Amino acid sequence: MSSVTTGPRPLPAQVDLDRPSAARVHDYWLGGSHNFAVDRELAERAERIVPELPAAMREYRAFLRRAVRFCLDSGVRQFLDLGSGIPTVGNVHEVARAVDPAVRVVYVDRDPVAVSHSRVMLADVPDVDVLHADLRDPERVLDSPEVAGLLDLDHPVAVLMVSSLHFVPDSDDPAGVIGRYREAMAPGSHLVLAHATGDSDARLVGEQAARVAALYRRSADCLTLRSRAEVTALLTGFALVEPGVTRVPDWRPDTPRTADEHPHRNIGYAGVGRRV
Amino acid sequence: MSRPAEGIPEPRHRLGLAALAGRGRETAVGGEDGPCGPDVVGGLAAAWAEAVAGTSYVSMSRSEIEQHLAGLTRQLVTALLAEPFDPTPARQVGAAMVAAHFTGTETLNRTVALLATELPARLGLFRDGCQGPVVERVAAVQGALAAGYAEALRQRTLDEQEAISQAVFVARDQTEQALRASEARFRAVFAEAAIGIGVGDMAGRILEANASLLEMMGYSLEELRQRNVRDFMHPEDAASVWRLYDELVHGQRDHFRVEKRFFRSDGEVIWTHLTVSLIRDDRGHPTYQVAMIEDVTDRHLLQERLRYQALHDPLTGLPNRALFLDRLSRAFETGGRDGRVGLCYLDLDGFKVINDSLGHDVGDQLLVAVGQRLDACVSAPGRLVARIGGDEFIILVERSGSTQDVVVIADHVLAALEAPIRVGEHELAVSASIGLVERPVHGTTPADVMRDADITLYWAKSDGKAKWALFDPERNAREVARFTLSATMPAAIERGEFYLDYQPLVRLSDGQLVGAEALVRWRHPEFGLLAPDRFIGLAEETGQIVPLGRWVLREACRQARLWQDRFGQRAPFISVNLAVRQSRDPSLVADVAKVLAETGVEPGRLQLELTESAVMGTADEPLDALRALSAMGVRIAIDDFGTGYSNLAYLRHLPVHELKIAGSFVEGLRASAADGSHVVDARIVGTLVSLAHALGLGVTAEGVETEAQARRLDDIGCDSGQGWYFARPGPPDQITRLLS
Ligand SMILES: C[S@@+](CC[C@H](N)C(=O)[O-])C[C@H]1O[C@@H](n2cnc3c(N)ncnc32)[C@H](O)[C@@H]1O
Repeated sequence: MSSVTTGPRPLPAQVDLDRPSAARVHDYWLGGSHNFAVDRELAERAERIVPELPAAMREYRAFLRRAVRFCLDSGVRQFLDLGSGIPTVGNVHEVARAVDPAVRVVYVDRDPVAVSHSRVMLADVPDVDVLHADLRDPERVLDSPEVAGLLDLDHPVAVLMVSSLHFVPDSDDPAGVIGRYREAMAPGSHLVLAHATGDSDARLVGEQAARVAALYRRSADCLTLRSRAEVTALLTGFALVEPGVTRVPDWRPDTPRTADEHPHRNIGYAGVGRRV
Repeated sequence: MSRPAEGIPEPRHRLGLAALAGRGRETAVGGEDGPCGPDVVGGLAAAWAEAVAGTSYVSMSRSEIEQHLAGLTRQLVTALLAEPFDPTPARQVGAAMVAAHFTGTETLNRTVALLATELPARLGLFRDGCQGPVVERVAAVQGALAAGYAEALRQRTLDEQEAISQAVFVARDQTEQALRASEARFRAVFAEAAIGIGVGDMAGRILEANASLLEMMGYSLEELRQRNVRDFMHPEDAASVWRLYDELVHGQRDHFRVEKRFFRSDGEVIWTHLTVSLIRDDRGHPTYQVAMIEDVTDRHLLQERLRYQALHDPLTGLPNRALFLDRLSRAFETGGRDGRVGLCYLDLDGFKVINDSLGHDVGDQLLVAVGQRLDACVSAPGRLVARIGGDEFIILVERSGSTQDVVVIADHVLAALEAPIRVGEHELAVSASIGLVERPVHGTTPADVMRDADITLYWAKSDGKAKWALFDPERNAREVARFTLSATMPAAIERGEFYLDYQPLVRLSDGQLVGAEALVRWRHPEFGLLAPDRFIGLAEETGQIVPLGRWVLREACRQARLWQDRFGQRAPFISVNLAVRQSRDPSLVADVAKVLAETGVEPGRLQLELTESAVMGTADEPLDALRALSAMGVRIAIDDFGTGYSNLAYLRHLPVHELKIAGSFVEGLRASAADGSHVVDARIVGTLVSLAHALGLGVTAEGVETEAQARRLDDIGCDSGQGWYFARPGPPDQITRLLS
């Protein structure tokens, strides 16, 4: 684990609508209209390579919902959503507040459009805040007034990296980044991870995945696919919650499902680690 | 929202059929067993949920979805069965679906299909065969739902597009604001920087310059914009400056840093540290150059001042030793094979006296004045006048043509110093001694010429003042040899490099050997066998004569003791020379007594030879010493008698036993010359002999070379003789043999 502290990463200096954004593409796949032609074009091209991508994306979102509920069941009442994207539907605070209205949430994203949109949508929502920052700067995130104002890190917190850590390349030491968050997390906290993969045990075989990753290279967010072992390694230092690292839809499904119910949908792995 | 959508037919038929009558009216709807009962609605909702599963993302679990759809189902059923029939509530169901994010295209399709089949079927509406009104109602409900759905989705899409556009606008505004702020900060840095900053294009046209740069250069921005970077070339620029610049504008380097001079608009020169950087565009093409210029003129001037101070004498302003040595070694570096260099090393005569008697102030002013005169009469390209210490000056002739050059300069200098120098109310007459060295640089070194100039100055001084002396390699070699001898003498004594030869002293009346003079020799490892004249004078100068004389005395006595043991009464006395300095050595008497005691030689067998000057006209102590020696029984002889001032009257007061008549008198006795000179000499010698005898002194003649001389001397009454006629000085064996 690296503890090298670099200066804060420069956030995008310009809003470049000529380039697709992962946040807006994701919104499109979730059925939102918070997107532009460039985003839809990327989405549609990716769908042509892997037709079940939209469905798979919904699985990430569904996992997010299940994981938030799991954290609530474990007593966590505060959430730090890293790479929160555009609040299309089923946002963390909405899911959580259905259970306990006192839940506090800080959304973090580096996409300036996603952030300003979130700010507008959440303007009137109490105890929810939005931080424009890069998740690769744990200190910057953790020491921000937004986090300091809403979250009490002496108590358990759920740190969410759902469909966002695969935008952090190996050269930026994702394990080190996670480690620095882990250091700040009180016992009983949870790390929620969902991560794209190119593992060829599914129909999204390496070659297809690589083509999708290539598509993202033109966006503001580059995609790094990781194997199950790599994703599991990222959770080092946490106690893995049952059932460990699984395909995204298989992580604590609402209704028991058979193994081959979604054989085509392994585009990512999910796992939750508990800080002990 | 609730206005009926166009194109959806108004229901015309009531469903007031028998089949339905029993199941109640609107009041009954929602009852436990009615068409809206949990089983029917639940079944429908489950079918609905199954149909739309996965077609939209909704943030609900499967059971939550079923629950949510159950509510909508209930509304639909109610609307379908209502009397009078009104499909409007179905619009709200459509809108509610959108609100719950059932927005996938397939979702509406499957929902509409479900309404056409499952809904009436599960309600049992087709059972009675009166499908007509049912179909109509169902179609109306479908239409209302679709309309409500479309309306809501359209609204939602518009809202979201609006929202995201708004977000883009805000985000853009914010990043632009941040950009403007950072631009403003950079502008401020540019404008306020103390360092001069200028921006030019790749052709060297100046585009921008900050206030510091304008002020530094003395131009307005407009004036500067008329100019090209290359206009700021300075004749003294290092060649590398513009080579680096060319590399930069050709994109071969990204920056460089140099020291450079600039002309200000007013013609003044400023010294700067210049850093030029290349700015490239996104594709890496060179687009701009940015120059950062720091004015270091003050620093530079200070450095120059310090450098000047380090290389000049603060009193006279002349170059100092460091600068002189620097120029000297440069003359050697650039001299090549044929170059010659000359030095005039001069030193004021009697400067110390002036300084001591008139004070340092006067001394200092005198030095200043001398410096000025030297500078005035010598300075020319290729010549350097430096003050290199107290009252020492040196003139370097960097490329002299011949020795004559430095001689001319030296004469000039001596002449220039002839006129007295006025310092305050004093008229000071000064002169200088000058040592001259002039030679090819090839084969010598700066250190060599400096050393030789120093020696030559010393010669000039000891030759008398107000003179120059030219370095003479032979004289130098001699002095070096002398120096080497004196320096090695102490070690030579210890190493046994000295030995004694003995020359017989013979009684003239019967030819009997009565004594032997000990003569010291030096077998020098480098110079070979050295006679006393090569080193005795030197030893007297250095004081080495005292230990050397002590060694000679001991060695001679050791030999005398051998002869004394062997020949008893026939043994010769031994005659040892005492140098002047030895005769004044306070420990002389003790030394002699000690040696005699140690060797066991009878005092009467030791004779000490002194020169006239050592004995006469001196203070009392040496005489006391001689008296003490004499009292001890040691014989005292006066060597070379007749060459000094021969105060015969004084002789009687001296403790002397023997006179040795100098060989020059004896020489006259040799010739049977017709000129009769030998007659004069014979008379002088005769007078000396009778005088000596009158005083009770014996007489020995030195330098006896012929039998005739020996005979004459004998005739005159001279007691003893010494010289080649009898024997040359030789090893002790020679004496031994003569006695045996
Ligand atoms: C695919 S979306 C996921 C949104 C949401 N977490 C979900 O799972 O539905 C990925 C988001 O991560 C954000 N993101 C990517 N790299 C990031 C980084 N280094 N720091 C912060 N946000 C990042 C993108 O801007 C985008 O909004």
